[in-house]
Amino acid sequence: MKSYVLSTASAIAVCAAGAAFADGHAEAEVLHYWTSGGEAKSVAVLQEEFAANGGTWTDMPVAGGGGDAAGTALRARVLSGNAPTAAQIKGPAIQEWFQEGVLADISSVAEANDWANLLPASIAAHMQCEGNWCAAPVNVHRVDWIWANTEILAANGIEMPTTWDEFNAAAETLQAAGIIPLAHGGQAWQDATVFETVVLGLGGAEFYQAALVDLDQEALTSDTMVAVFDQMRTMRGYVDPNFSGRDWNLATAMVMNGEAAFQIMGDWAKGEFLAAGKVPGVDFTCASTPGDGYLYNVDSFAMFAVEGDGKAAGQELLAELIMGPNFQEVFNMNKGSIPARTDVDLSGFDECAQISAADMASTNDGGTLMPSYAHGMALFGAQSGAITDVVTAHFNSDMSSADAVQMLSDAVANSQ
Amino acid sequence: MTRWLQDNMPKIVLAPSFIAVMVFVYGFIAWTAWVSLTRSRLLPRYEIDSFIQYERLAASPRFETAMTNLFIFGALFILISMVLGLLLAILLDQKIRTEGAIRTIYLYPMALSMIVTGTAWKWILNPELGIEVTVQGWGFSGFEFGWLVDPDKAIYTVVIAAIWQSSGFVMALFLAGLRSVDEEIIKAAQVDGIPTWRVYSAIIIPSMAPIFLSAFIVLAHLAIKSFDLVIALTGGGPGYATDLPATYMYAMAFSRGDIGQAASSAMVMMLVVFAIVVPYLYSELRTKDD
Repeated sequence: MKSYVLSTASAIAVCAAGAAFADGHAEAEVLHYWTSGGEAKSVAVLQEEFAANGGTWTDMPVAGGGGDAAGTALRARVLSGNAPTAAQIKGPAIQEWFQEGVLADISSVAEANDWANLLPASIAAHMQCEGNWCAAPVNVHRVDWIWANTEILAANGIEMPTTWDEFNAAAETLQAAGIIPLAHGGQAWQDATVFETVVLGLGGAEFYQAALVDLDQEALTSDTMVAVFDQMRTMRGYVDPNFSGRDWNLATAMVMNGEAAFQIMGDWAKGEFLAAGKVPGVDFTCASTPGDGYLYNVDSFAMFAVEGDGKAAGQELLAELIMGPNFQEVFNMNKGSIPARTDVDLSGFDECAQISAADMASTNDGGTLMPSYAHGMALFGAQSGAITDVVTAHFNSDMSSADAVQMLSDAVANSQ
Repeated sequence: MTRWLQDNMPKIVLAPSFIAVMVFVYGFIAWTAWVSLTRSRLLPRYEIDSFIQYERLAASPRFETAMTNLFIFGALFILISMVLGLLLAILLDQKIRTEGAIRTIYLYPMALSMIVTGTAWKWILNPELGIEVTVQGWGFSGFEFGWLVDPDKAIYTVVIAAIWQSSGFVMALFLAGLRSVDEEIIKAAQVDGIPTWRVYSAIIIPSMAPIFLSAFIVLAHLAIKSFDLVIALTGGGPGYATDLPATYMYAMAFSRGDIGQAASSAMVMMLVVFAIVVPYLYSELRTKDD
């Protein structure tokens, strides 16, 4: 027994020493939640590139809960003083982790590769912690998309709506024709997704910024916000009665097979259409939701403070590869999003992605490139959660818009 | 030495589990209580900052819904499970031939995990897949049964599924209780010509009081801990209409990075459990002393 314990202990010591002295050899342990088919394939691209550059990649995929499980695993690792080299974290959560004092500085890589000029300014801001670069962006998902069944629109003489009034008129026509106007899944985050596109559409980018990014009480209780909730109530009439709890991809399927005409969902919905062999512009149409602006959802890897030259080298290599043009192109073609860096050649991408990239550039210039609140890009979890609670409570009951606005203002105040 | 070992063996054997319980149960309760008094967000922090989390909890309409749901769910679930369980037990107690088989059938739902129960009932109650469509298919086109997607009634679907799961277990408890009543008393009553329902209501059921208490305690803690059933059946929806304190706590701790809220709601849940268990322990211990 004693000798067994001794030999095990020495074996562990040898392993530890081996790891510590394996310097000069880039290694990275990467915690992520890209585990579904297309996503896993996308992350494998990065893995291969990392290995081709002489690095050792330790994969730590954690499935479940849209990243909740990965977040829990990450917290456990950080609390036990054993942080991974890099972890898939996005938006303000990067700043939250930075405030906990556990992130690394990768400014040397970022500056050597001129990230500041390659990324849209507002996206670059997410990747910086008090002026230093601490995370690398992978992709840009656009959230404010409206997807439509082209055939249904043609048969009913409907154009893609460019204002919410046009959308309502189109929905009335479709309803009269016996078609479900809006395919929707009654899950809180889906309600929030629709809500934020309506806020952007009815209020404009400035109002969106004030209400959902700065949490300005005046904006939250304004007449515009009442109008937003009115529009949500109107749209509640355009979904089918059985929408509660439906997954977003089932709602996409409803548009695909002609049960419903529209869906408001981020561009991951495109992946569903493409996987079913549908052709953009022929079988389905993509357009930004009514109104000006662009809501982005950017996936990124935050780099954690780790010890050992091997890990530091791995971190730098990883950051460089993530922002590399090759990975950005291949990964995003697989995933349905667009590259975060603006200089990638988009000729191989489909027309929806090209629209997305063109709009990202123009809204960046026009100052209407906004972070998606519903997908955790604008606010801390507690605050966005508080807003989502009100949105979903309003959408799923007969609450009046005035009550909803009051509740929204209380909930936001209570979440700070 | 052997003498000393003999005397102290029980203590030595019990010590590891005692220490484990002290640390992993009471230690973590204390830790949660501490964290519930801080402004912890993504990671726990330890600077105490008054009762801010409890104030936020009190101001949260979602937690209010969760507590209301807990009382609706708890009351209906415990009451109906007990009544149904008792009724089934009495019917089974009539010395019927296939008792063994029937008892097994009623007890089997207990063998399923709540996730399975929740998923199965989700399909049964789904208006487009389950009962509603089936009955409409039989020609009753006006039939509607959309409780699952109705925010005001969805909590009752959770009650239905939970009762289906647990009433067989309560039945088994009561059946054991019925069997433990002294045959002689029952026979004496029958000789006196007392009708069967009076035998049950005046003799058998009153003598089963401890069983009622046990059933109540088991069901009450099941109700307060309920989590997986809600997650599988409704996911807390529509909106947050079927949230329970346990699902609220989960959302705060794991989805929202608001550990302070999660800890304070966990403390509130624990107080609810105490409110039920402490009087029970008190009455138990007192009778032992008598």
